[in-house]
Amino acid sequence: MIVEIGHFALILAFAVALAQSLVPLVGAHKGWSDWMAVGRPMASAQFFLVALSFMALTWAFVTSDFSVQLVVANSHTAKPLIYKISGVWGNHEGSMLLWILILTLFGASAAWFGSNLPATLQARVLAVQSSITAAFMAFTIFTSNPFDRMAFPPFDGRDLNPLLQDPALALHPPFLYLGYVGLSMAFSFAVAALIEGRVDAAWGRWVRPWTLAAWVFLTIGIALGSWWAYYELGWGGFWFWDPVENASLMPWLFAAALLHSAIVVEKREALKSWTILLAILAFGFSLIGTFIVRSGLLTSVHAFAMDPERGVFILFILAFFMGGALTLFAARANVMEAKGVFSTVSRESALVINNVLLAVSSFVVFVGTMWPLIAEMLFDRVLSVGPPFFNMAFTPFMVALAMVLPIGAMLPWKRGNITRTARPLLGLAAFSVAMGALVWSLQTGGAILVPIGVALGVWVVLGAGADLWSRTGRGAVAGRLARLRRLPRADWGKATAHSGLGVAVFAVAALVGWETEDIRVVRDGETWRHGAYELTLNDVQQVQGPNFTSTMALIDFERDDGVTGQVRPEKRIYPAAGMPTTQVGLRYGLTHDLYVVLGDPQDGGGWAIRTHIKPFSNWLWFGCALMALGGLLSLSDRRYRVAAGAAKRGGDGPRPPGAVPAE
Amino acid sequence: MRSVVAGVMAIWLGAAAMAGPQPDEILDDPALEARARALSADLRCMVCRNESIDESNADLARDMRLLVRERLLEGDDDAEVLAFVVDRYGEFVLLRPTTEGANMILWISAPVMLLLALISAAVYLRRRESAPDIGPDELSEEERARLDALLKDRG
Repeated sequence: MIVEIGHFALILAFAVALAQSLVPLVGAHKGWSDWMAVGRPMASAQFFLVALSFMALTWAFVTSDFSVQLVVANSHTAKPLIYKISGVWGNHEGSMLLWILILTLFGASAAWFGSNLPATLQARVLAVQSSITAAFMAFTIFTSNPFDRMAFPPFDGRDLNPLLQDPALALHPPFLYLGYVGLSMAFSFAVAALIEGRVDAAWGRWVRPWTLAAWVFLTIGIALGSWWAYYELGWGGFWFWDPVENASLMPWLFAAALLHSAIVVEKREALKSWTILLAILAFGFSLIGTFIVRSGLLTSVHAFAMDPERGVFILFILAFFMGGALTLFAARANVMEAKGVFSTVSRESALVINNVLLAVSSFVVFVGTMWPLIAEMLFDRVLSVGPPFFNMAFTPFMVALAMVLPIGAMLPWKRGNITRTARPLLGLAAFSVAMGALVWSLQTGGAILVPIGVALGVWVVLGAGADLWSRTGRGAVAGRLARLRRLPRADWGKATAHSGLGVAVFAVAALVGWETEDIRVVRDGETWRHGAYELTLNDVQQVQGPNFTSTMALIDFERDDGVTGQVRPEKRIYPAAGMPTTQVGLRYGLTHDLYVVLGDPQDGGGWAIRTHIKPFSNWLWFGCALMALGGLLSLSDRRYRVAAGAAKRGGDGPRPPGAVPAE
Repeated sequence: MRSVVAGVMAIWLGAAAMAGPQPDEILDDPALEARARALSADLRCMVCRNESIDESNADLARDMRLLVRERLLEGDDDAEVLAFVVDRYGEFVLLRPTTEGANMILWISAPVMLLLALISAAVYLRRRESAPDIGPDELSEEERARLDALLKDRG
């Protein structure tokens, strides 16, 4: 019964979405305020209906209702509760419902927090957002219905893919979807502005928090996925240039470009049409990512739903929204005249360079990802494009980005002087180069990329600090320190996010360049040495988990500085899914991780064991966390809260929580 | 279309044991072994989904790793090993695509796109520098009315 209520609520929400994509649009066109106003309650209604539907599906999973096909295919009574819940989105159909839930959440937020938007703009935004929602609802209801019943319910389910039974991966999809779907708001604002024929500083100010929020969620989602790959897949890699990973990287790069160019629109009323185009492209690449993951066109490690019919449906959605938006853009872009004049050396120009690098690097990833397909269709060549290509083609862009970032971030608006801006940075640049040189001289025979990466990382972090310090003005150090604390949150956010990038660059370079590995056969009680570690295989045990059995090795280690401990790598078998997984024995550390993988028992006795030392890998996740934190700090800046408060008259009303865009 | 299900199964089974080279495969000569590892990272496991033979533990990946090491022991240089493997398994195994024929488009796409973007950016910046500074927009009729209403409200 509850499942039917959920099913019905989804269909009802679809009807509301269809109405909402038309009525406010007509209202805005004709100037009928009652037609426009109807968008707001409709957006709320959609959200509550879809939330009801989502809860119904979650209920079916939690209570293990095996009359629902999806539950049978992805759940099991013995599964821990958290994975029963995460099983809701650990599959194609349920993840589409989550996708829709987030779409309606953003639509409803635009209704709830957008009361200070011009009425016509808000009506159009809500209509465009709702048309996206309607398209995905149709997709879900007609091709991937999560509520389909079984005629003969089995006694138990087939269990969720064990690789997905993991805390980080339970949270990875919701964050990723919040990011992908968050970009739909920027898209809706862009299309609404094109229909409106007007883009001004206020528009930039409305779009930026949404983009920023989407980017923060994407950053967290990607970092969670990367961390999961690091500790779960047992390869110890954090990025594989897999099509599905690229599908999330492309919108991330575009979102990063967009939130920077929106600053130029907001502060200087320039780059308007480019920003609109970026907003369209950013969401476009979210859709392309969805298409890649769900069509199975490009096979990858974790794509689901290999169904041509679904692929074609998503391709239609993609073609309709991209085609429509780009046509509208071609027709209307010329009405958006730029206002701000600026010289070639200025913050504006630096942000243009930022945009060029981010957008082109994203296109490079796109071309590389699609090339096997293009080559097969046009040139009849079956080939692969793998990590060697991407590393080579993508890295230079990030190097260039890190090089110009600290200077660009400190250039004044409008008309800058490159020597004046660069002077305080020269000392830092010299220091960074010296650090790189130091590393270069310390290391023997590694790639040149490591010293470059270290130098760049240090340069970006120091540059972010210098940027913040320069904002405190002149005078005594005490006074400047006091002013440092009172700087707007946006300044702190900027410095935090930039230094996060620096930390991540450093970590990637260190991890790639300094990793060491040892592969050997070890017998019970045997001791071996790797780096500063002395490891002893104590025992190999059979352990029973809730829905798996595990072969667990107990390995004691002693480091040269006297630190001791134990790591327990495992091989698990999930009988319900009939599938084995590995669990890495990991000891996290500040400067390096000890990473031990248990292999097969050998014919002559003993076990194959792989031991890695992974330098500074924690710094990578820390860098990503800093980037996300920077975004959150910026979101909580006063000007966004003031704008929201002003709508409530008196200006000091209850403040929306920091994570929710204030507009 | 390649059998996707087979690919998924390969991954699942692949996750069973420790991925990558097994202890008995490793060559005694560390220099030769390092070359074998570097070559393996550039070769794709045919039955896996987007994994190099260095990361995979499918049986075929093991065969290919052994093949690479065999060729190295025979005294082949890196290019000869790759040529041998491509000859046997086809271009699909190369994770680093060649620069032959149409692949040139792939390889030059990054610098060409960057160049085009930089040129357009430069043109835009030049135009911005010489553009007349336009003042803020005049308020529309509607906006003026709303402003009046708001001001009256406050006062």
